[in-house]
Amino acid sequence: MSKRCDLKIDMGRRLFLRGGAAVAAGAAATVAGQGLAEAKPLPALVDYPARKLANVSQLKPNEPFDVAYPDADAPGVLLKLGKRVEGGVGPDGDIVGFSTICPHKGFPLAYNKSDRTLNCPGHYSRFDCEAGGQQIWGQATQNLPQYVLRVAANGDITAEGIDELLYGRLSNVL
Amino acid sequence: MAYKRQIDRLPIIPKDAKEHNVTCHFCIVGCGYKAYTWDVNKQGGPEPANNKFGVDLAKAQAGQDAAWYSPSMFNVVRQNGRDVNLVIMPDKACSVNSGLGSVRGARMAETSYSKPRGTQLHRLTSPMVWRYGQMQPTSWNDALDLVARVTATVIKEQGEDGLFVSAFDHGGAGGGYENTWGTGKLYFEAMKVKNIRIHNRPAYNSEVHATRDMGVGELNNCYEDAQLADTIVCIGANPLETQTNYFLNHWVPNLRGASLELKRREIPGEAHAPGRIIIIDPRRTVTVNACEVEAGKDRVLHLALESGTDMVLFNALMTYIHDKGWTDKAFIAASTKDYDKMIAANRTSIEEAARITGLVPADIIKAATWIAEPKDGGKRRRAMFAYEKGIIWGNDNYRTNAAIVNVALATGNVGRPGGGVVRLGGHQEGYSRPSDAHVGRPAAYVDQLLINGKGGVHHIWGCDHYKTTLNATLFKQVYKKRTDMVKDAMSTVPASDRKGLVDAIVAAIKQGGLFVVDVDIVPSQIGQAAHVWLPAATSGEMNLTSMNGERRMRLVERYMDPPGDSMPDCLIAARIANHMERVLREMGDAAYADKFKGFDWKTEEDAFMDGYHKHEKGGTHVTYARLRAMGTNGFQEPAIDFKDGKIIGTKRLYSDGKFGTKDGKAIFMEAKWRGLQAPGKQTQKNKFAFLINNGRANLVWQSAYLDQHNDFVMDRFPYPLIEINPADMAELGLKQGDLVEVFNDDGATQATVYPTPSAKKKQAFMKFGYPTGAVGNVVNSGTNELILPNYKQTWANIRKLADAPEGTKGITWKSQEYTAG
Repeated sequence: MSKRCDLKIDMGRRLFLRGGAAVAAGAAATVAGQGLAEAKPLPALVDYPARKLANVSQLKPNEPFDVAYPDADAPGVLLKLGKRVEGGVGPDGDIVGFSTICPHKGFPLAYNKSDRTLNCPGHYSRFDCEAGGQQIWGQATQNLPQYVLRVAANGDITAEGIDELLYGRLSNVL
Repeated sequence: MAYKRQIDRLPIIPKDAKEHNVTCHFCIVGCGYKAYTWDVNKQGGPEPANNKFGVDLAKAQAGQDAAWYSPSMFNVVRQNGRDVNLVIMPDKACSVNSGLGSVRGARMAETSYSKPRGTQLHRLTSPMVWRYGQMQPTSWNDALDLVARVTATVIKEQGEDGLFVSAFDHGGAGGGYENTWGTGKLYFEAMKVKNIRIHNRPAYNSEVHATRDMGVGELNNCYEDAQLADTIVCIGANPLETQTNYFLNHWVPNLRGASLELKRREIPGEAHAPGRIIIIDPRRTVTVNACEVEAGKDRVLHLALESGTDMVLFNALMTYIHDKGWTDKAFIAASTKDYDKMIAANRTSIEEAARITGLVPADIIKAATWIAEPKDGGKRRRAMFAYEKGIIWGNDNYRTNAAIVNVALATGNVGRPGGGVVRLGGHQEGYSRPSDAHVGRPAAYVDQLLINGKGGVHHIWGCDHYKTTLNATLFKQVYKKRTDMVKDAMSTVPASDRKGLVDAIVAAIKQGGLFVVDVDIVPSQIGQAAHVWLPAATSGEMNLTSMNGERRMRLVERYMDPPGDSMPDCLIAARIANHMERVLREMGDAAYADKFKGFDWKTEEDAFMDGYHKHEKGGTHVTYARLRAMGTNGFQEPAIDFKDGKIIGTKRLYSDGKFGTKDGKAIFMEAKWRGLQAPGKQTQKNKFAFLINNGRANLVWQSAYLDQHNDFVMDRFPYPLIEINPADMAELGLKQGDLVEVFNDDGATQATVYPTPSAKKKQAFMKFGYPTGAVGNVVNSGTNELILPNYKQTWANIRKLADAPEGTKGITWKSQEYTAG
């Protein structure tokens, strides 16, 4: 999906919700019960798009595969670590995905193949890709946001959620 | 598996949210923050017109943008009795941090007391008294009546020397001008308490006596000097982890060459180059690594000397610089004295220094050259000297401190741009107290006196000896025994029988017992031995003033209510004084009761006006209203004027060449090497295999008094770490994460093993003051002649206790050093 397309979908949803609220407010002045029945309650969680990021066949051991999730403005990476890790998916339980924006000040992270870490050139924070993105050392007050991944029978890897707030957003889905 | 909050959105700060000036209450740097609060049932929107930032939050914000806050910067707290949303986020307009938040300060909101969100619920909310075999809540009047009656009775019998006090003397949380004045007025004006000590050491003394005796106050430069220096000399300090945003926002730009423009503007007419740095530390820290990343290895000189030999190194540097004629002769002549005497007494050859420090002679010469060789064009090289706990808690503190200041003075690097000889600092500062002259010098070794059975009452203010004293194994044994005697006595009397209770306590004290009153914001470890807990408020729950490492004074505006019945320390001190006055009058001692007058403060501002405003240099220019208007940038102390609505401060001390001595001349000082000075250190070194170097970790503030209840921190460090070289681990049969015992003749403690290839063999490094393993247990009782402890030079053996405990499974053990990928 292109960036433009995502934005259109999001904008549509926002406008829809706002419109719903207006209907409720207007209805309250007349017949409260009817108006409220038409209002759409906001969901308690952010609705994450399901987005295909890659096919298992495209991943090579310890080679970072650039992706973006939940939209094109949110860079991330898929990694086939070659060893089963907690949160890993795929036939070998070794595929993980992370945001590559540092949750401290938003610098792009670089992958260090030798010790399988993501490193921030801004203020030297380091995140362990083999330990759920735990910050090894650094200034971020979050561990690295990790993707919730699903692998289909044909090997397609789909992202369906993120476990921490992404840098630069007050809602992971904009 | 790493701890995740599962938070995927946060309430947006509405346009009309209240804004409060905040200075981070943790470390000395005092980063500027803003606290925003608004009703819990309201939120702003992504449209620019609907949020505080006036930007479009429907778009992802770019890196380093000011309009983003993390989940740790958010909470729901009480304000004037109502729940409000709270965001505490770094302030881009503050010159200290320019919008940077450290991993500690950026968790201020999350480490606030919140019932709705369940954070820091261990905070004390009521006065508590030992009743029926446990601590039970009671009213302020009831608790303070007991405190006053027992304290007054003991003073009547033993004199004021029977009252022992442990009290913070710093700024930020657990301190600040209001609270040091409140406690100071109580113990130094109403009373003349001599048996008093400070939060991190066993006596009431300066950590930097020598520099003060030389006439050079220890915070004499400004943070900009780190951007202007040709060479930064960092001694026994690890600023990336312990003064994080000072390092990132002021040292790094110089090392990167990004401050060249500033150098040319501020110091025209001389050659400028990107900064160099000399780091003097036995350990390779993440600071060393970061400097190499930024400046390149050829502009970083890490002198990994033998632990505790800094004095010899500085004497050799001084001698070499003198012999080369690189000193600032005009400055020495105009503004100092005793130079020749110092040179003669401290003369040390490069070879001798190399032998004692274990350094290569060429490296010592290189350091001297980087510090003092004139620049192209013949101009004096500008060097800034910054030291901290490696020196302060290190071997022969007084003389080593002097040896450093000697070099800074001789090279003309005090009071001038790009210079300074400064401690880097731990907490912020915030000292305002009546004279402590009666305490004497050397001051009483309070913890040793307590071990020796002295004292009948102990008042503790925000201190936890159990985690942060030396000789802690013995201290805890004796302290528990003495305080248990009083607890057992209290249990024999109905709690409602006040007279019977006081009589029983006093009788137990006569038998060697100790009655303990612990004022704190949380239940502390030493508090487990106490008989009364008094709940204090912290920064942000009260208005609080402090200054940072460049003497920058700010007001933190109260943005939330203190938990439950807790109160600012200054008001607790005032209420103790009120009760003392009442009880003493009742006892028929009107003259003594009268000494406790003058504590009719209603607010912390009353304490500020009575203390700082009336008594501190330039204090008359400073009020809450004026500080509020000065925002997160405040002013640099001392204030010299108030003009055009602004407090006018002082950028650098001693820029006129006049120092803090009677005749205004700085004094050079002798500093003769005498090996490991503190009693018992050399014997310990000879007997035990490992140096147990110790200090702070980036992630954790101080003794983890808040972090011990923060999931993000405890997920990473459930136990104190001990960094050990993998070859040593193999020798001891240790795996990463194993729980080990660290032991010697003075005691034992525990830690988990962090494999550290950069650690020197037989030189371990352990986290200081951690709740689940206090390094003080193995630090012997030896101090210097002024009762400064020596925590750093400690030797012990290490053996395995158990495999990695459950809490450490799944956490990362990879190197903490950044690599470029």
